[in-house]
Amino acid sequence: MKGVRWSLWVLVAFAALVGLFALQLSRPKHDQVESTMIGQPVPQFALGAAVPELPGLSSADLANGQPHLLNIFASWCIPCAAEAPQLAALKGQGAPIVAVAIRDRTNDLEDFFQRYGNPFSRVGKDDTSRIQFLIGSSGVPETFVIDGKGIIRHQHIGEIRPEDIPNLMNRLKEAGA
Amino acid sequence: MRWLAVLLLALAAPAFANDSLPPAPYAYRQLDDPKLEAKAEALMETLRCLTCQSQSIADSDASMAGDMRDEIRRRIAAGEQPEHIRQWLIARYGDYISYEPRVTSATWPLFVIPLALIALGVVVVLRRLARRV
Repeated sequence: MKGVRWSLWVLVAFAALVGLFALQLSRPKHDQVESTMIGQPVPQFALGAAVPELPGLSSADLANGQPHLLNIFASWCIPCAAEAPQLAALKGQGAPIVAVAIRDRTNDLEDFFQRYGNPFSRVGKDDTSRIQFLIGSSGVPETFVIDGKGIIRHQHIGEIRPEDIPNLMNRLKEAGA
Repeated sequence: MRWLAVLLLALAAPAFANDSLPPAPYAYRQLDDPKLEAKAEALMETLRCLTCQSQSIADSDASMAGDMRDEIRRRIAAGEQPEHIRQWLIARYGDYISYEPRVTSATWPLFVIPLALIALGVVVVLRRLARRV
């Protein structure tokens, strides 16, 4: 009699474990590392110009009273090319967009802009990914909404798809555009 | 012959595009002071590479991991403590960046359950022994 009770408990424990595995396995894979800097000011930085025709980018440029989209990209990044039309559309709707080019070369950037267009008013050059460590960005492309005081309000991970545009415009508006 | 070259080129296309810049100065270069390098190494082995998420930045050849090694070696050389750098990174990426286990509101069962199971085992054994006497 006692043996039966014990084996029942073992069975219940096993079923619970199976249930737990089933639950966890049925959840969609989540492998994005989100920034924990939302609500914090952008740390101080100053980056030189990535292309001669546009100025570089510093934290002071982001805290100039106007909210911005900050695009972290690179000419060698394929999804960055894929999101170019969406960035152009955002610019067309009045979004001020600044950018940092990660580990990039001026020539490659010129080619990239010629091919996919340049929606940026400033492009900083970062050869050691440091801006990404400062704001909690874990890859390219990523787009941050920064309010006029230089506080990070929102992070968009991965390329911007057409359906993401309204959300980004809303976030920008909430940041005080 | 040409089709073979094309085929080989297609096979050689990398799954992830990568940049063409040389690695950061301290990405693959150890610090001159072996004590400081050991400190940096110990820290780098317990930080997650954000590009290849099951590797540590010490193990990964992703350019971002190289840049992070560069950042860490410079800071250690400047006298910063490893735990301070870890906290700095956790403040930006959350606990996920660190492989070092921490007791938090989400992880405490991992620490409590083994103790509870050992306690249960001890109770069972003691009761059996007591019955035998």
